[in-house]
Amino acid sequence: MRTVHQPSPIALERAAYRRRQTVRSVLIAAASTGVLGTLLVVAVTGAPGWQRVRQSFLDAGVARAALPEVAAGLWLNLRLLVFCALGALAVGLVVATLRTLRGPVFFPVRALATGYTYTFRGLPLIIVLYVFTLGVPGLRLRGTPPVLVLGAIALILVYGGYIAEVFRAGIESVHPSQLAAARSLGLTYRQTMRFVVLPQAVRRVAPPLLNDIVALQKDVGLVSLAGPIDAVRAAQIATAETFNYTPYIVAGVLFVLLAIPLVAVTDWVTLRAARRQAAR
Amino acid sequence: MTPPVLSCRGLRKVYGGQVVLDGLDLDVAEHEVVALIGASGSGKSTLLRCVNLLEELDDGTIHLDGDHITDPRVDPDRVRRRMGIVFQAYNLFPHLRVLDNITLAPVRVHGRSRAEAEAQARELLARVGLADKAEAYPDRLSGGQQQRVAIIRALVNSPRLLLLDEVTSALDPELVGEVLTMIRDLKAEGMTMVLATHEMGFAREVADRVCFLDGGRVLEQGPPEQVLGEPTQPRTRQFLHRIIAAGRL
Amino acid sequence: MVRVGPVPMLSAMMSRSTSAALATVAVLVASLAGCAPVEQPAPPPARNDACVKDKLKTKTPGKLTVATDEPAYEPWFSENLPANGKGFESAVAYEVAKQLGFARIDVQWIRVRFENAIAPGPKEFDFDINQFSITEERQKVVDFSAPYYLVRQAVIARKDSPIAGKTRLADLKGAKLGAQVGTTSYQAITDIIQPTTKPLVYNTNDDAKKALQNGQLDGLVVDLPTAFYITSSEIKDAVVVGQLPQVGLPEAFGLVLDKDSPLTGCVSMAVNALRDNGTLAELEKTWLAEVAGATELT
Repeated sequence: MRTVHQPSPIALERAAYRRRQTVRSVLIAAASTGVLGTLLVVAVTGAPGWQRVRQSFLDAGVARAALPEVAAGLWLNLRLLVFCALGALAVGLVVATLRTLRGPVFFPVRALATGYTYTFRGLPLIIVLYVFTLGVPGLRLRGTPPVLVLGAIALILVYGGYIAEVFRAGIESVHPSQLAAARSLGLTYRQTMRFVVLPQAVRRVAPPLLNDIVALQKDVGLVSLAGPIDAVRAAQIATAETFNYTPYIVAGVLFVLLAIPLVAVTDWVTLRAARRQAAR
Repeated sequence: MTPPVLSCRGLRKVYGGQVVLDGLDLDVAEHEVVALIGASGSGKSTLLRCVNLLEELDDGTIHLDGDHITDPRVDPDRVRRRMGIVFQAYNLFPHLRVLDNITLAPVRVHGRSRAEAEAQARELLARVGLADKAEAYPDRLSGGQQQRVAIIRALVNSPRLLLLDEVTSALDPELVGEVLTMIRDLKAEGMTMVLATHEMGFAREVADRVCFLDGGRVLEQGPPEQVLGEPTQPRTRQFLHRIIAAGRL
Repeated sequence: MVRVGPVPMLSAMMSRSTSAALATVAVLVASLAGCAPVEQPAPPPARNDACVKDKLKTKTPGKLTVATDEPAYEPWFSENLPANGKGFESAVAYEVAKQLGFARIDVQWIRVRFENAIAPGPKEFDFDINQFSITEERQKVVDFSAPYYLVRQAVIARKDSPIAGKTRLADLKGAKLGAQVGTTSYQAITDIIQPTTKPLVYNTNDDAKKALQNGQLDGLVVDLPTAFYITSSEIKDAVVVGQLPQVGLPEAFGLVLDKDSPLTGCVSMAVNALRDNGTLAELEKTWLAEVAGATELT
């Protein structure tokens, strides 16, 4: 029968000491935070310019009035984000897979894919947006889509270029033995990509990928240069009418709130992926 | 007389100016276990990868059960299904459970039903005492357990030939034993195997024939007691001397 | 290869960077609030003898700094060269300068974006002339001179647009209308026409004109002279649908000056003098002659 371990007096003394130290640290931290926080609030609100800053940037009345329009604009941002993110991910995955094809017969495909990523990572997004939303409709081609679709296409093309390179890095980071193991089991190249390489590649690059999506969330608003009113444009209109900058703060807060779930998902996926990659 | 399971003639492979295989000949009969020994860079891994058609030969031919498999018109994927290969590391697919690792090829390549494949996989895992690891992900297994699962995975399709490329070299010493036990059991079941190894003691125990590779060809081959005990070639003796000095014999 | 640290490090990093972010924000807000606001002295009342070149407190002594937008549109300017004196507003600017005692060579032009000129904050110019309508909200943050031109808003459309030829405001409610951001033209859409679909908003009138040409807009709202210029010289297959009704006080253009600028009184006097001696009417006749006969939308 195993005897239960009885701690020695030394061990008890050590534990008690550490407990006391912990309590002390917590109290000191709380006190200093409280003092600093109070000082900061007093300093800021007592400062000579505080009233003006508050009026210009933190006016509750203006915020309340601007909120519906800014939120309506944000709804546009959100819809575009979902559409463009899915589109860019799809395009990026296809282009990355094409770029990693081996064999001389696929050279034209590889060259095209490479050319695409070079071009659209080099082109400023604004130029692509102008060309697609205001330039292309001028050609009066039959079946020209509405301006939001054109803008979405522009965003998908540009972001697809970046995302393709992220995916490609992921694909090439999969250990060559994984490919060898898959091929040795008799899996064809396509099956290897589908069941072995791409699942690993996608999990590996989830963090930088989600980073790009968070950036895309802001850039979708640029379609407003072609007419549609997004959150930032709505804030701009409200600001122009009242000469108060609070609408911009409102829009900013809403964007951050929107980004929080995205960032949280990124972190969760990263942690899950990190566990899996530990396999030898 | 039945042809040997594996027959290599005049294999030649050059890597960026370096001649790795230089006119190598090798035959492996059914149920035979051949151990390849030699210094790093002597061509052991390259030979195994060429046999598994993961590399293209610069010259020479390979026959599997009498079929010419290095013929360019042959579909390498179909040939590979008749062989199994296990590498030193990074065998298992980390994003799939152990069970899915094993059933992936039977289901996707050989078209067997998932239920049937899973049943067989569980049975094989149970036989080596890994039944409780079926739903685990590879990162939860020790190195030795991972290699054993990799061997099972290579076996599910009843290959004619099993190739093992230094499968214990990356393991901690106390985990080597369980893998070697499994290989021993496979030999008892009559599996035809070619294994590249540094474990001379194991080669002595399990191999029917030991081949010493040097300079891209088989310099000396024969029963283990002969090649490892009383080698005729001076280079073989030099190599074994180094191994003994390193305490690995 | 993507390297990811172990879990405890990640959360420690997170809390470190979060506290860093909070600290930065706190410092920024504190420094903003800590800057004491600049109190502008009240402007002295305007006196005749105070409104001469030597006595005026211009940005550069002896020079008059006038601002307008980039690009400067017709018929207010010509060929985007404000210094050439051509175009209604260029001409008005030089006449005002003359009234204040500045010769042509004393006038310096700078470019300021439309929305920046009427935003709160100190200005780089003595006055800005750029089709600024005088509004109450704008007067809270900048000074306006006396008005130099009475303006109406108008709707232009392509000949094949669904609203071309309409005469009633109600007919415009279902149309896709557009205007430049932050303008009284935009406000005219939301206040007077009140269409059922949201108006489309553009950074500049150039973008808006392109959208009109593309057929992405049914109608574009701009001030009347601009409407006439666009339809006669720029977009040949466009027409002026009509003028929007005047709601409340007549809309007028004024020169924009810095809030509580010492020059406002003198500049206003100069504008009034130009109206009284008929110069403004002359300039209108010269540069804005085609602006007549647009349908009144009701």
